[in-house]
Amino acid sequence: MAAHEAHAHHDAHGHHHHEEGFISKYIFSQDHKMIGKQFLMTAVFMGVVAMLLSILFRIQLAWPGEESDFLSFFLGETWAPGGVMKESMYLGLVTIHGTIMVFFLLTGGLSGTFSNLLIPLQIGARDMASGFLNMLSYWMFLISSLIMLASLFIETGPASSGWTIYPPLSALPQAIEGSGLGMTMWLVSMTIFIASSLLGSLNYIVTIFNLRTKGMKMTRLPLTIWAFFITAILGVLSFPVLLSAALLLMMDRLAGTSFYLSDIIVGSEMLENHGGSPLLYQHLFWFLGHPEVYIVLLPALGLTSEIISTNSRKPIFGYRAMIGSILAIGFLSFIVWGHHMFITGMNPFIGSVFVFTTLLIAIPSAVKVFNYITTIWRGSNIYTPAMLFSVGLVSTFITGGVTGIILADSALDIAVHDTYFVVAHFHIVMGMSAVFGMFAGVYHWFPKMYGRMLNTRLGYAHFWVTIVGAYGVFFPMHFVGLAGAPRRYYDYSVYGDFDKPTQDMIMDLNVIITVFAIIAAFGQLIFLFNFFYSIYRGPKAVQNPWRSNTLEWTTPVVHIHGNWPGAIPEVHRWPYDYSKPGAEEDFISQVVPLAEGEEGDH
Amino acid sequence: MTKLIVLIVIILGVIAVAQLVRMYELSSKLRNRREEDIPNRDNRLNATLLLVFMLAFFASVLYLFVEYGFTGRGEAASVHGKGTDWLMDLNLWIIIAVFFLTNALLFGFAFKYVRKPGVKAYWFPHDNRLELVWTVVPAIVLAVIIILGLRSWNEQTDNASKEAIRIELFSKQFDWTVRMSGDDNTLGYFDYKLTNENNPMALLTTKTIQDAIDSMENSSTGIRALEAKLNNPKLIFVPEDHDLMVKDLARKERMVRMLYQMKARHNSAMDARAMDDIVFNANDTLFLCKDQDYEFNFRSKDVIHSAYFPHFRAQMNTVPGQTTRFKFTPSITTSEMREKMHNPKFNYVLMCNKICGSSHYKMKLMVVVLDKPAYKKWYKKVSKLDPKAAADCKTFRNIYPVGKPKAAPADSTAVAQDTVPAVM
Repeated sequence: MAAHEAHAHHDAHGHHHHEEGFISKYIFSQDHKMIGKQFLMTAVFMGVVAMLLSILFRIQLAWPGEESDFLSFFLGETWAPGGVMKESMYLGLVTIHGTIMVFFLLTGGLSGTFSNLLIPLQIGARDMASGFLNMLSYWMFLISSLIMLASLFIETGPASSGWTIYPPLSALPQAIEGSGLGMTMWLVSMTIFIASSLLGSLNYIVTIFNLRTKGMKMTRLPLTIWAFFITAILGVLSFPVLLSAALLLMMDRLAGTSFYLSDIIVGSEMLENHGGSPLLYQHLFWFLGHPEVYIVLLPALGLTSEIISTNSRKPIFGYRAMIGSILAIGFLSFIVWGHHMFITGMNPFIGSVFVFTTLLIAIPSAVKVFNYITTIWRGSNIYTPAMLFSVGLVSTFITGGVTGIILADSALDIAVHDTYFVVAHFHIVMGMSAVFGMFAGVYHWFPKMYGRMLNTRLGYAHFWVTIVGAYGVFFPMHFVGLAGAPRRYYDYSVYGDFDKPTQDMIMDLNVIITVFAIIAAFGQLIFLFNFFYSIYRGPKAVQNPWRSNTLEWTTPVVHIHGNWPGAIPEVHRWPYDYSKPGAEEDFISQVVPLAEGEEGDH
Repeated sequence: MTKLIVLIVIILGVIAVAQLVRMYELSSKLRNRREEDIPNRDNRLNATLLLVFMLAFFASVLYLFVEYGFTGRGEAASVHGKGTDWLMDLNLWIIIAVFFLTNALLFGFAFKYVRKPGVKAYWFPHDNRLELVWTVVPAIVLAVIIILGLRSWNEQTDNASKEAIRIELFSKQFDWTVRMSGDDNTLGYFDYKLTNENNPMALLTTKTIQDAIDSMENSSTGIRALEAKLNNPKLIFVPEDHDLMVKDLARKERMVRMLYQMKARHNSAMDARAMDDIVFNANDTLFLCKDQDYEFNFRSKDVIHSAYFPHFRAQMNTVPGQTTRFKFTPSITTSEMREKMHNPKFNYVLMCNKICGSSHYKMKLMVVVLDKPAYKKWYKKVSKLDPKAAADCKTFRNIYPVGKPKAAPADSTAVAQDTVPAVM
């Protein structure tokens, strides 16, 4: 009887599947797998743009004032007259690079792709709680991406007050050209982005709470899902605050209010605004901005937990401690935002509270690192490209994380605040880690997304070029920062006026950094080629290529609406039964019932 | 044309790589190898590469430290800066140790425990003792870091001593202006509405208020002139221009009302505070005295800037509408520092370290630290209250075109004598 029902169900789905036209399947799709792929494609495109922008300004930093055909090729006479980048365009590129990388690639791209793909598949649901909201979330993401890109092409240039867009600079078009139309577009784009992110996050939370299959207790969820879950909660609690910050800024710009403006004379124009505080904006911004770091990072950590466990053929060490540290990081991330503001004129006492809370985050982070290392210890490690990127992530998480201790310590932050030391820190701990997590995820779940395999050897080449290139870019930046070089400077030759040896040192390092950046950028071409080639021509995947335990590998290779052809499988065990003593195989899928006398969850 | 060639080369390159990959795939197919099966040779190769990468990485890190050191900006030139550097070194040693240890464990295990045929992974899902160890040990280390850090932070951000000389650093796109508090060591009050070309720092005195009112009402773009223009039946304006003028007029009328309120509330006894202030021109070098405490008051005219003294390990944002403060005590003169750095052209500097516009990177001010006698000599020159003083004298009384200022009231003088700068 049950079998008959399952069969009928299958038919119904199969039928539905055939009916789907091109538009409902590829464009206005409500299927979470397709939406995940749409997010990925958009994010890959945005990532390429942002990387290209960074190469442009790295060329300026390494060889300031020298003519470059490459610059004039991309920027033309308007923004690079004679092949030399304009000062205002430099700031515009820096701003848009940061914005795209943080929000569009690592928030929308990372969490959007893998939350959509994996949440229903790994918890055993046929789709998201609301397919329609999910579709809206993607479309808003796309629209906001397009607006952000369009702002690169307007006459007054894109927003150029840094990705943090601190007012009054961002509020006053008189102060910098990019604060005109460019900033308006930035704000509109981000407003739509926030709406997209909220729709997505609410959907993820509801889905994880309500649509888990039978037997899928919270303590049997893969760590990926835990990470997406906490990420979504962080997003729901913090993004609205950024929206309020953006709205108030919009009011200051358009309606003549004074939320952030007080006693300003810009150029020779005396503004009436009085009583506002630029610090208010910074508080609102960083109330999002710091959780945002973990919105970017947690999904990457979740993905690698899964990948490291699978490829070391060992259960992830300290499953409950891993969940606990995700929760602790999530909670603490809301009470540390002030460490971005130690020297803004904020009350020093409040600063010392933030020192305390910030340094506390090091504890759950350390727990995660040691748990990863212990998982690798005495494993039977298989180095797929995904596994290599995961090992890379643990390394960057350590390397970038430890310098956070210096920046969190307000007394030391004074000396290195807003220097390249900070740039090095957050690019390694947030940028490299999250990007490595994302690559690991793409290599690992590509067979699930496209039913084909990525080329492994190209994957190896990609990994090695990327880790060498990226460390080569960001590690030397620590020394530029310790020498005192401020970030967002167009040209460090100004050091020549007071300290020639330091100028020489900064210039040397800048050339090294730029060369590595170009190498790393070429490395990404390997990935792009592999990615697009394999979508069409890659070898066909089998159902469970990595011999993994989680539910997504019990679905058929060919995507169907509703994920499982028959009934949704029931879950009997936690997801990390790898190399369990007494078992024949070195993996036991979550759907396999416990054998007699077998001990269950851990 | 070049663009076309570049494009063609790229396309041909992609096709070439595609053919190579195709060959690789066909050969895998021949050998019946599936993409997800990682051959032992590849696996061991990558494990070895991880170890090699670690060694190369460690070697480059050591090379960078040897070559560039922790202190690319030289020895700290302020009293608290020496403490900061000590704490920075301590923290750096801790994190360098953690960096090497954990990365070595990670890459070492990744190398050692590569899959070996016939060896099963060790079942080790959790161990409470181990987890306790790596929760408690970092917690203890962090406690030490926090306590030392906060002690230093409290000292650095504490109120400046009474003897500290008050100096205002005024920032605008894209330069710095210095104002010293003068003989009474009290900075005069200011209000941004009083800004004009003679009074760029907007100091508040009876006369400057009156001048601001006059200029708001009677200058060529003032209220009277605007009204006259708008009421002149012979003039015809483009509607947009007309709207702008009406708006501007309304704004100026509101501003002038505020100026009148200010005038009514102003206590002329306060003028003296401003009169002895030494107001330099934008970009004039900041002169400091060795071993003298300073309290810097920061102001911004337009957007947020950040006053960053890398050599003194000091930094504070300048925020429009708000005064921020930071104190430090220079401990090495410029000429001593030049010897230490083996660079006869070295200078201290104040840089802007918060993005503030397109010329942000050019916004800096030279800083010179003198020893006591040299400083005294310099101070004598710039601080004369005598109206007939030499041209390099910069007291507000002497540079602001004004009639005879009111004599300072008795109580104010008493305060002034208490807080005479220590160098005098």
